[in-house]
Amino acid sequence: MVETSTVERDLRRFLAKNFPLGRNADSLGSGDSLLEAGVIDSTGVLELVGHLEDSYGIEVADEELVPENLDSIEHVVRYVETKLGST
Amino acid sequence: MQAAGLLSRAALEIDAEQVTAQIVHDLREVVHGELRRRGGVVAVSGGIDSAVVVALCARALGPEAVLAVLMPERDSAGDTLALSRLVADSVGVPSLVEEISEPLEAIGCYRRRDEAIRAALPEYTPEWGIKIVLPGLLGSDRLRLFSLVARPPGGEERTVRLPAAAYSAIVAATNFKQRTRKMLEYFHADRLGYAVVGTPNRLEHDQGFFVKGGDGLADVKPIAHLYKTQVYRLAEHLGIPAEIRERPPTTDTYSLPQSQSEFFFSIDHETLDLCLYARNEGLSPEAVAPAVGLSAEDVRRVFDDIDGKRRATRYLHLPARLLTGPGAAAPGAIGEAGAASGAQPSP
Repeated sequence: MVETSTVERDLRRFLAKNFPLGRNADSLGSGDSLLEAGVIDSTGVLELVGHLEDSYGIEVADEELVPENLDSIEHVVRYVETKLGST
Repeated sequence: MQAAGLLSRAALEIDAEQVTAQIVHDLREVVHGELRRRGGVVAVSGGIDSAVVVALCARALGPEAVLAVLMPERDSAGDTLALSRLVADSVGVPSLVEEISEPLEAIGCYRRRDEAIRAALPEYTPEWGIKIVLPGLLGSDRLRLFSLVARPPGGEERTVRLPAAAYSAIVAATNFKQRTRKMLEYFHADRLGYAVVGTPNRLEHDQGFFVKGGDGLADVKPIAHLYKTQVYRLAEHLGIPAEIRERPPTTDTYSLPQSQSEFFFSIDHETLDLCLYARNEGLSPEAVAPAVGLSAEDVRRVFDDIDGKRRATRYLHLPARLLTGPGAAAPGAIGEAGAASGAQPSP
């Protein structure tokens, strides 16, 4: 089981490393929309999904590609936690 | 053209004769007066936009001072060349064919694209047909990721979600097509003392549906202020052959037939035109829904998609930045889109 704080730390590091507007990931609110804030675009979502699948060994199903799972740090952390908890 | 704050489908109606006269006048002024070029080069694809542009150029500059360049390649549809010729002949402008498969082969367009495809679909070979698609926009808030649709010869089509690196590499390799065409347009423009006349319409221009340094590059873009619906209206007025006017908009870039909707716009152009107009006018989803036959919730999804594409493609519109500092020239900027062309048309 991965700690929540570890997932969030990893995610913020991933955003900071890969997206120019993610460099201020520390100041990005956990509930802020990553798409609306311009941190990621549709290609960025592809990158995020690939990162989650590679880092946590999970498979993101088509029906799970919703903002409630992927469009904020808070949502991604909860989604990953749930996936890891259910495997 | 709104009654009681509601959008009307008549909002995009134009007086085609008047619009034509204005464009013809302005195009002549720009090409001769500002650009000091004696004619115009137009890449003619067999699609509606380039057909309208070459017809407008013929009226503005005289058919003898326009060159239609036809540039098919191995993935072009079978009827592309014949339709392109039909356009050039119908407006009486000289045309020439530059088959670009060979330069694309030499620069590795197909090889690089195929390597990227194999990263997502290892069994793929160049004999397969492919295209890239986005899921539909309506009825769901699902985040839409690009997928590769591939079909082996005589086999069943299959769809695989694309990893980001593979998607970007396929698009980057494919963009060689638009950039090679532009290189040839400028070759002929330099040779003849002509301007390169671009063909994007307002939807494409606003939403960033062009390749920087490819079809996004031009000296003048005479229909970038017209919604696609209005381009069709002009086509009728200008006498563009029915075969062109009735052909569904296509990218003509991948080996499987691919509509512009499934690759980029996600909905038909009539609906998107009206939604884009409404977005520019500041109308609410509720005011737009009856005219476009969608729920207010779906109109909101379209608005969000319009905003998202504007954010994602903003850099395509930005001119090259000149930095300031010791020894630098005066601050300023030069670029293909140019501030004057306006990334996002104002209401």
